[in-house]
Amino acid sequence: MGSYIPSTPAQRQEMLQAIGLSSFRELYGDVPAEMYLDRPLALPSGMSELEAGRAVRAMAAKNRVYDVILRGAGAYDHYIPSIVKYIPAKEEFLTAYTPYQAEMSQGLLQSIFEYQTMICMLTGMDVSNASVYDGATAAAEAAAMCRDRKRRVTLVSATTHPDVINTIRTYCYGTGDELRIVPEKDGKTDPDALREMLTADTASFYVQQPNFHGLFEDAEALGAAVHEAGAMYIMGCNPIALAIMKTPRDCGADIAVGEGQPLGLPLAAGGPYLGYMATTEKHMRKLPGRIVGETTDDEGRRAYVLSLQAREQHIRREKAGSNICSNEALCALTAGLYMAAMGPDGMAQAAKQSMAKAHYLADALCAIDGVKLRYSGAFFHEFVTDMPKTEEVLSALSRAGILGGLSVEGGILWCATEKVTKAALDKTAAIVKEVLAK
Amino acid sequence: MKLIFEKSVPGRHCSLLPACDVPEATLPASLCRDTAPALPEMSETDISRHYTELCQQVHGVNCGFYPLGSCTMKYNPRIDEEMAALEGFTAVHPLAPAADQQGVQEVLDTAKQYLCEIAGMDDMTFQPAAGAHGEFTGVLLIKQYHESRGDHKRTKIIVPDSAHGTNPATAAMCGYQVVNIASGPDGCVDLDALRAVLGEDTAGLMLTNPNTVGIFDHNILEITRLVHEAGGLCYYDGANLNAVMGVVRPGDMGFDCIHMNLHKTFATPHGGGGPGAGAVGCKAFLAPFLPHSATAEEPGHLQVRSFRGNFLVVVRALTYLLTLGREGIPEAAQNAVLNANYLMARLKGTYTPAYDRVCMHEFVLDLSDLKKATGVTALDVSKSLIDEGIHPPTMYFPLIVHEALMLEPTETEGPETLDHAADVLRMLYQKAYDDAEAMHTAPHHMPIGRPDEVKAARHPVVRWQPEE
Repeated sequence: MGSYIPSTPAQRQEMLQAIGLSSFRELYGDVPAEMYLDRPLALPSGMSELEAGRAVRAMAAKNRVYDVILRGAGAYDHYIPSIVKYIPAKEEFLTAYTPYQAEMSQGLLQSIFEYQTMICMLTGMDVSNASVYDGATAAAEAAAMCRDRKRRVTLVSATTHPDVINTIRTYCYGTGDELRIVPEKDGKTDPDALREMLTADTASFYVQQPNFHGLFEDAEALGAAVHEAGAMYIMGCNPIALAIMKTPRDCGADIAVGEGQPLGLPLAAGGPYLGYMATTEKHMRKLPGRIVGETTDDEGRRAYVLSLQAREQHIRREKAGSNICSNEALCALTAGLYMAAMGPDGMAQAAKQSMAKAHYLADALCAIDGVKLRYSGAFFHEFVTDMPKTEEVLSALSRAGILGGLSVEGGILWCATEKVTKAALDKTAAIVKEVLAK
Repeated sequence: MKLIFEKSVPGRHCSLLPACDVPEATLPASLCRDTAPALPEMSETDISRHYTELCQQVHGVNCGFYPLGSCTMKYNPRIDEEMAALEGFTAVHPLAPAADQQGVQEVLDTAKQYLCEIAGMDDMTFQPAAGAHGEFTGVLLIKQYHESRGDHKRTKIIVPDSAHGTNPATAAMCGYQVVNIASGPDGCVDLDALRAVLGEDTAGLMLTNPNTVGIFDHNILEITRLVHEAGGLCYYDGANLNAVMGVVRPGDMGFDCIHMNLHKTFATPHGGGGPGAGAVGCKAFLAPFLPHSATAEEPGHLQVRSFRGNFLVVVRALTYLLTLGREGIPEAAQNAVLNANYLMARLKGTYTPAYDRVCMHEFVLDLSDLKKATGVTALDVSKSLIDEGIHPPTMYFPLIVHEALMLEPTETEGPETLDHAADVLRMLYQKAYDDAEAMHTAPHHMPIGRPDEVKAARHPVVRWQPEE
């Protein structure tokens, strides 16, 4: 069996003697005898490293690794530079706890400060936290930031990712607040419906940009309506799109959040991912989670610390706005590293190429009889096609090593990133054509 | 050291992407951003050196002793990292067909089976991304349970005053009123205080056992019985599970649901503040209320995040579970407890344990006397430890002990490390009498001295700005 305990059996006996005990059982004198587990756990016997590695590799081998991925819907297959995979594995970063002791954690704190700055640059906001769990929790926490005694209703566009809607709903359920869904029209938030639903008890409105169907929302107009009603405006933006897309700040958002997975994190069956969260100076002290701030040390040197802690649970306990403490620090470090490796040009390239390839694929698919775009609006790197035989299409693609788009009622939600080649897109269109021609 | 932005050189870049092989698509002008984000422009050498310089100013548990109480900073095995980096796991799309994710399912099912056995629970979710997130999930189970029975009068959650701050914050996030109860003189739940607050409005109790002073509450069966008798449910905060895994099970203590910190007890790295995983287990009667992803699983349930959870963290924990197995799990717990008692014994006579008795995996020192005699505080001792290459213990927690230092050595340290740490701590105790001033201004040998936290809070600088 495996173990990571350095002390030898002889040393353990000496240590027991040093504390005046003769057996391990005596260490557990406070545990009532009737609940003391006097049988072995129903687990297999421990393994050597070689055996454990073999067992886990066998599980990994049961997953299908696709050459081409044309599925997004909240998890995006962007290229991850080699250095972005390597640096976060450094044990200093990997095996540290939350940087409570600033003098021993300057490197971590600075990496988070740099990440916060980059998120501010992407979103146009003044302040970012050190991350939350994922894009859905970021949206839910943002909505919670906006609620107070008078304004207890959260509005969410129907064009939002279902997992995000459901997560916001769950956080609302917790505090007993209400969530209402603003209907969509032609794949985008219905602005007239939004205006009607904005009332004196509306705390905030959340919109995803680009939305779940891949379409760009009329974000500025929606924001103007929200502000007219005195509510807060939250935008959930794809961070790759933000390399070229109008910032949430310029669209009038009070809080910008999103799923940070596209920033150098693998698909990984759903996690760990990264929720980014940024806001304006005005709302800084309501922002949940860790925030790193710059200050000076006792000799006037630049230093970084976990700051504004008066907001947090370990100080405020039940009066804290959120219970979050551990977040996704290493994923934030990875995202910062990704943005540095890509640079402004590389980020823009990833965004433009993803968009170009999605449009190329859309054109190729729509040239096939029976396939048409469901919505007419401008889209980024995802789009929905109405088409028959979706299951047959996806199966045929799968046989060719291509993970096709996500099946959505009567159609498919496709996604392309810079990783997909023109050849793969042409092959995809050819397979779809063949299946539909049968 | 310089910030990454201060190292940026316009026009510098890494060669990462090929030229686009399809025609450009144009973003409508009204949707374009005004200016490109001012991200750093770096060569790969610049980036590699920058992050190397950063990591040299970070202390991880794999680099040195890290007795941070309540955080279970045990060694993070490298094999777990190797497994989590396998392409068969990292390349899986969360919404890939079930047939393509058989290995993912096997990892989740196997980890669930083992962790339920360790916890004494029947079912489990891996959605929660951290301990606090697990607490939120667990208390929502309690809330849904009462509501499903049409029992709407239960508005209160009981939390001992020794609890982690996340407990009351969680109860509030779930819409509950928090009832704090004072601990007894032994740091355990005061049964009379508990009886006094229990009633028809009790939704549940949140408890850590062993508690936050490192003592196993010997009244635990009576505590959970009383709560159940009042119609409430019992939530187990698994922060201290490392003391008892494989020795006694929370389910057998009478708890109905639990979160386990995979990033503490099951050796997955904490990453400087996450990602963790707060697996939540429950008894069968609560299983219908577990969260599910609307897209990756089935709609119609609550869910606390996207998809199915921090999967790669579960891969690491499973690798660890397979390695330790049924013998290694209790062995780890026993040695964590042995190490804590050994270190406490080595410090006794110099320092004063807040509770002078056999402890579990951690113990609390009360430095009030030292402070009175020398002016040297728990903070000063902590900062002085930094100069000695040892990460400080948890300071000023739990709140029921003054000048508290909470030490949790974990099982992955040998007696040499513990002896050395005890020697250093005793040396610092003497130093408090000989040269208190040096301790008030420690650390002296780190990249920075004590930071001005008041300034950071009063005049927040939370992002870099280019100089005008």
